[in-house]
Amino acid sequence: MYKIVAKRELAPKIKLLEVSAPDIATKTSPGQFVILRVCETGERIPITLVDSNAEKGSITLVFNEVGKTTKQLGLLDQGDNIPNIAGPLGNPSEIQRFGTVLCVGGGVMIAPLLFQVSALRKAGNEVITVIGARIKDLLIFEKETKELSEEFYVATDDGSKGYQGLDFLKDILGKRHIDRVIAMGPVVMLKTVSEMTKPLGIKTMVTLTPIMVDGMGMCGACRVTVAGETKFACVDGPEFDGHQVDFEQLIKRQKMYLPEERLSALFHERLGGVKLG
Amino acid sequence: MAEAKPEKPPVQDRWHAVPMLKQEPKVRAHNFNEVALGYTEEQALAEASRCITCPNPGCIKGCPVELDIPAFIKLIKEKKYDEAILKVKEKNSLPAICGRVCPQEEQCQKLCAMGKKGEAVSVGRLERFVADLELQKGVAALPIADSTGKKVAIIGAGPAGLTAAADLAKLGHKVVIFEALHLAGGVLVYGIPEFRLPKRIVQAEVDYIKKLGVELRSDALIGRLFTIDDLFEQRFDAVFIGTGAGLPQFMRIPGENLGGIYSANEFLIRVNLMKSYLFPEFDTPIRVGKHVAVIGGGNVAMDSARSALRLGAEQVCIVYRRSREEMPARLEEILNAEEEGIICKFLAAPIRFIGDESGWVKAIECIAMELGPPDESGRRRPIPIKGSEFIMDVDTVVVAIGRTTTKGLETTRWGTIVVNEETGKTSLERVYAGGDIVTGEATVISAMGAGKKAAKAIHEYLTNKTKSTQK
Repeated sequence: MYKIVAKRELAPKIKLLEVSAPDIATKTSPGQFVILRVCETGERIPITLVDSNAEKGSITLVFNEVGKTTKQLGLLDQGDNIPNIAGPLGNPSEIQRFGTVLCVGGGVMIAPLLFQVSALRKAGNEVITVIGARIKDLLIFEKETKELSEEFYVATDDGSKGYQGLDFLKDILGKRHIDRVIAMGPVVMLKTVSEMTKPLGIKTMVTLTPIMVDGMGMCGACRVTVAGETKFACVDGPEFDGHQVDFEQLIKRQKMYLPEERLSALFHERLGGVKLG
Repeated sequence: MAEAKPEKPPVQDRWHAVPMLKQEPKVRAHNFNEVALGYTEEQALAEASRCITCPNPGCIKGCPVELDIPAFIKLIKEKKYDEAILKVKEKNSLPAICGRVCPQEEQCQKLCAMGKKGEAVSVGRLERFVADLELQKGVAALPIADSTGKKVAIIGAGPAGLTAAADLAKLGHKVVIFEALHLAGGVLVYGIPEFRLPKRIVQAEVDYIKKLGVELRSDALIGRLFTIDDLFEQRFDAVFIGTGAGLPQFMRIPGENLGGIYSANEFLIRVNLMKSYLFPEFDTPIRVGKHVAVIGGGNVAMDSARSALRLGAEQVCIVYRRSREEMPARLEEILNAEEEGIICKFLAAPIRFIGDESGWVKAIECIAMELGPPDESGRRRPIPIKGSEFIMDVDTVVVAIGRTTTKGLETTRWGTIVVNEETGKTSLERVYAGGDIVTGEATVISAMGAGKKAAKAIHEYLTNKTKSTQK
């Protein structure tokens, strides 16, 4: 059992949980994730780690309430327990002194991007950060990210704040010498960023979040084609070279269970959408 | 309970085994309840009476854990069921599981004296009978030796780890099992389906092992959460690695990542561990279409095919590159699958998967095979026949061509750990290993045998060390 020690709502439907997990907290590095289960009948879902505090013995998770499990998770309060959290899983991000790093984060993945930005700064990099969301109300960690970055930009899909869309990235990439790009966010965003940097030959690392079950290399639900080879995002990733990822396939694979996900969410609502236990 | 009938008409003579009741094929093909229903007391007594208690029994030699089979069967004959199960548990901590999933026909029963003229005594069914009887009545814990003050870490709560843990706990060592998944049991919970091994049985046997004082830590993936060095820092005196062969193999042919194509591991993990056959009461979904192809010929292929049928597939076809004779699955499981209506396409292998616009599999292109001379496995090697390609329309595929291991320590070219066969000792000091991580994919009972050997070696190491430090 893992006790929730703090809870915050960062934006509508985007929540932060700080959870007591002392062993995981001492081992967590940016880029890794956990697999958790909210109840005995629950599914195993991956959530990217956003922070850890070895002294307090806690880890931080940020998630968007989109499906049944994240909705149930969002109903839990400070003092409640999460029955199962396995982690840290996946390989830590490569953090070293690259020079100038452009970090692009979208939606809920801005949270783990902040974890990376912080580590990249500590490693002596100059960091340019771009955060984006569908609409301005869904932007999270704007202040924190801005404070940590040498240069900072905001983008929204509808233009309600900052730039509209990601086209402006081309200007940044054209003007400046950039040694590395790191992108975390929806697959479509990862694809867009990778397509922009590929002709420029800038190494671009993308964090993939495909469907997973065990998250430990056993099932292969998360398989993705990278440079023509099948990789498991859970044990070979979750970070991959964005110029080598077959995004079209990934996008299709992520939609595999859409009807079931809708049914599951509906089932949750029919039962009143109430807190467990 | 579903309607049941004997698997064949009972013949009342000593050369024939008492048949066990099974659910009717037509009924069981649509439910996840256990297929084989077990012996009644009367049947168990009749079967036990067939054992002639040989002075030099072959059955014990055939058992990887050296169970004293004639002794426990003799106790059944005397209706001393409590004593019979205690006799079994002297050597085997998971009897209700072994009674169900051991390939007895290849082990104890193969060497049974009765088998020379007639049918061997049904050792597995009798083991299951006494084990189930005890589970119904409530399990009595065996006596445990005084604490030795030594601590052993077991990595992986599968058959090897659970057996090693039970043996070491009985000898008075403090044992902690680290399990990566949320449930203990390993392949017994994620791999073998409910209809062959009900999960309440696994849970009951895990509970028994906990009663012996074993501590179970789930959600703990060793290598990530703790390293083996961390475990020694946490004052464990020895480590046993029983992490199994959990990595699915794929065929590396075009289209393998289309939707609707599962590794057998994913398919069975969803069905068994996550109980997706109860979706949406359980959250994890599974998608099974009308025409399912299962690639492979082992027990895992049989389990996948039979699960697909139970999940509502109209037609399930096993595609195997050799012929029926070379199938590695247990004959009993092949017969069960055939009875339920599973079709087998022999001497064929997929060469590519074909998808629709949405990225879902819609067909397999296969090539026909013929059998050449035997290969290193002793089975005849399949050779593709030029120009024999054909298309099979499918909407779901399960790839059951075997599992491999994660890497670590001194490994073979298959990624398994190199150990001393007698002791399970690895190239690292105080680290032992056993089960599929050493042998590659094998059976539950051979993993248990390896767990037992390692437990014995660890015990000897720990007690000798105590003596030498006392000097």
